[in-house]
Amino acid sequence: MHELAITEQIVEAVSARCGEGERVTRVVLEIGKLAAVVPDALRFCFDACAQGTPLEGARLEIVETPGVARCGACGGQVLLDRPFGHCGCGSSDLEWLSGEELRIREMEVI
Amino acid sequence: MCGVCGCSGGGAKREHAHGHEHDHGHEHDRDHAGAHGREHGHGRPHDHDHGPGHDHGRGRDRDDDQGPPRAAAVPVPGREARVVRLEREVLEKNDRLAERGRGWFAGRGVFALNLMGSPGAGKTALIERTIREAGGRPEVVVIEGDQETSRDAERVRAAGGRVVQINTGAGCHLDAAMVLSALPGLDPPPGSLLVIENVGNLVCPALFDLGEGARAVVCSVAEGDDKPLKYPHMFRRADAIVLSKVDLLPYVPFDRALFFARAREVNPRARLLEVSATRGDGVGAWLSWLREALPGRVSPP
Repeated sequence: MHELAITEQIVEAVSARCGEGERVTRVVLEIGKLAAVVPDALRFCFDACAQGTPLEGARLEIVETPGVARCGACGGQVLLDRPFGHCGCGSSDLEWLSGEELRIREMEVI
Repeated sequence: MCGVCGCSGGGAKREHAHGHEHDHGHEHDRDHAGAHGREHGHGRPHDHDHGPGHDHGRGRDRDDDQGPPRAAAVPVPGREARVVRLEREVLEKNDRLAERGRGWFAGRGVFALNLMGSPGAGKTALIERTIREAGGRPEVVVIEGDQETSRDAERVRAAGGRVVQINTGAGCHLDAAMVLSALPGLDPPPGSLLVIENVGNLVCPALFDLGEGARAVVCSVAEGDDKPLKYPHMFRRADAIVLSKVDLLPYVPFDRALFFARAREVNPRARLLEVSATRGDGVGAWLSWLREALPGRVSPP
């Protein structure tokens, strides 16, 4: 359940960017398909971690980015929904292009 | 709860006279530090030093804040929602601390190994064997991570290693701050090998950089040959994949070749090793791999 520790980091980072008396109404995260983080688990932790912070009551939006890799053998692009796989040409020599994102994109404050 | 002063008054949400939304109806006026103590039961002294970004509504004198709260009918300038672009890594703080540790290790000539694997995979047994076989070349010092008890630290100490135990309580992994906090007590000497035994877990520790120079994942034959595919994040991020307890191979249904093929599928670059810490198989190759990675390149005795 590393999502709990990760959510705590999110709440801490966002709180630190709040001005005095500001309240966070929305947080937008970008989570890659290959980031080893389960969005539903983050949502589950978010409300609990936000309590008593400027994020209390904030809406959590999660943008999921697909896992995309380039094949080292044929140069083709491969869509990955798990952290390993094969290209259509048979090669498993894959360079990941996206899917490992674990970022706080933006926050809305009032 | 009041986002400004932290007091937990009840009542409906209402707009504050000086421009922040409140769950209750008290006022923030110049004299309110004292007033809070009496009327709102605040447990600790605090002041309300409103910083930048907190606009008190132009054209409104602060002293107007005396009196009953106003209705939120009039929009207050500066209260519009604003979007702040952050574009920040979620684990930035941990990564920053890990880099600090990495710099410290490099400056001191210490090689740090993040040793991961399931509970019971044989991580501690491998450390014990490593200490005995290395014979001080290099000196092996250890950070032990477990949720509870110092049993592993006692084992390492009995094997002749200096050790600091970290108990994470409910925590399922070590993080960079925990490792940094253990360093002053451990004081790893230049040229030493610091083994950081992570909390037994094939999932969570994969995400947290500890400042290590290399990562090894230990998986025992008793766990089954499908583990690299079942827990790909852990195996993918390892520099070495160590199959342990190979002395038990005759007694368990485990396809060694299939295990290594699956490990390769998930991680084409990792060094693949196999050991029996109790019988000694493969320990030489394991030590060679460690010595290759050490900054000062300790040659075998």
